[in-house]
Amino acid sequence: MSLIKTQGGFITRDRGRQPDAYTPDYKTSVKRSPSAALLSFPSSISEETAPMFGHGMLGELDNDLIHNYAAAGESAIGPRIIVHGRVLDENGNGIPNTLVEFWQANAGGRYRHKKESYLAPLDPNFGGCGRTITGEDGSYEFRTVQPGPYPWPNRMNDWRPAHIHFSLFGHGFAQRLITQMYFEGDPHIKLCPIVGVLKSQEAVDALTAPLDMNRTVPMDSRAYKFDMVLRGRRQTYFENRKEGM
Amino acid sequence: MTQPLDYLKESPSQTAGPYVHIGCVPNFAGIKMYDGDLGASMKTGPVQGQEITIKGHVYDGTGTPLRDAMIEIWQPDAAGLFASANETRGTADPNFTGFGRTAGDMDTGEFTFETVKPGAVPWPDGRMQAPHITFWIVARGINIGLHTRMYFEDESDANATDPILTRMEHQNRVPTLLATKTADGVYTFDIHLQGPQETVFFDM
Ligand SMILES: [Fe+3]
Repeated sequence: MSLIKTQGGFITRDRGRQPDAYTPDYKTSVKRSPSAALLSFPSSISEETAPMFGHGMLGELDNDLIHNYAAAGESAIGPRIIVHGRVLDENGNGIPNTLVEFWQANAGGRYRHKKESYLAPLDPNFGGCGRTITGEDGSYEFRTVQPGPYPWPNRMNDWRPAHIHFSLFGHGFAQRLITQMYFEGDPHIKLCPIVGVLKSQEAVDALTAPLDMNRTVPMDSRAYKFDMVLRGRRQTYFENRKEGM
Repeated sequence: MTQPLDYLKESPSQTAGPYVHIGCVPNFAGIKMYDGDLGASMKTGPVQGQEITIKGHVYDGTGTPLRDAMIEIWQPDAAGLFASANETRGTADPNFTGFGRTAGDMDTGEFTFETVKPGAVPWPDGRMQAPHITFWIVARGINIGLHTRMYFEDESDANATDPILTRMEHQNRVPTLLATKTADGVYTFDIHLQGPQETVFFDM
């Protein structure tokens, strides 16, 4: 007889720590927020499975935003940084082999997008997106330039803190998450209405990456460490007995 | 005092913003990357089952279609098997990924998925669920991605015994989850974020 660990359904999402849908200081949410209560039900196989993306789909420069859009011999302009960390579940286990996508403005705060109207210049050698797949322990890493803060239409004078957007899959579609990473010490963090949808300082801290001198490459790149946590599944143990015992 | 529970907490969500296309569908945004956008095609060869087209819009509370949303779908193949590492009941159609992602039309916001009609999959207690497709919607102004499901209007027998559809308190909202058949193999599924026709969104 031995104890076998099995995965149950997903642990209920802690909606008290997630932002509400209706957050009037972030004006666009007002008409894009459902007003009825969400319908709760236990996860089924439709939410406990997720698409598979293999390491084979990655190009050599997919996790190097300094070079993945640059002309041969050129590189993106701006402070060179490494962003690294782990994707974990709520039980503290690293999530291996999961796709991580990221996008950001350039060092001047300008996005490469037709709806972008900020007058800061485009960097011809910076596309602004990248992706990678986590290793066996859930770790990931990419190289980029530090994005600049930028103004956005909301109230008359709102600026986004410097940030990088992240999209995560996990191993069940119920884990699907999009979030943003902020940089330690940015004075815009406490002024931004999008950061302001977060309900506690602890939640803001969870999205703020510290400078990580241990991973800095001397004379080359500084590093920021950013761990992300996706929902976990209930772990149950049962006794593995022989038939009839 | 007690010992602390040492579980981690899920990272807080933040809006995908107006530039989600740069990160998730860069080729749609005009940035040539990755030999094409992820989820642009759900078929990698001849597929089993009935091929269908799903069309729809995402509307805000004023009835205006969103033109900056990103919509993803996840579903099993025609036999009810998922192309996932967690699928233990069998092997899914090797030419069907089950995953679709689109930003919709740049001018109208209309989204289109070319997929197959999904087979039924079980509920945790073993009963069969009606055939359905999981939808996930993100956009500027949406603070945390919205999950919903599309069921099929023309599966009324299966819908009548579905564990979720039959359990909903507000039965008059069930139609917000039903795709209507507009031609042979073509379904319309509109999503309303707010208002009298507000789609039922799930917390699963
Ligand atoms: Fe942004």
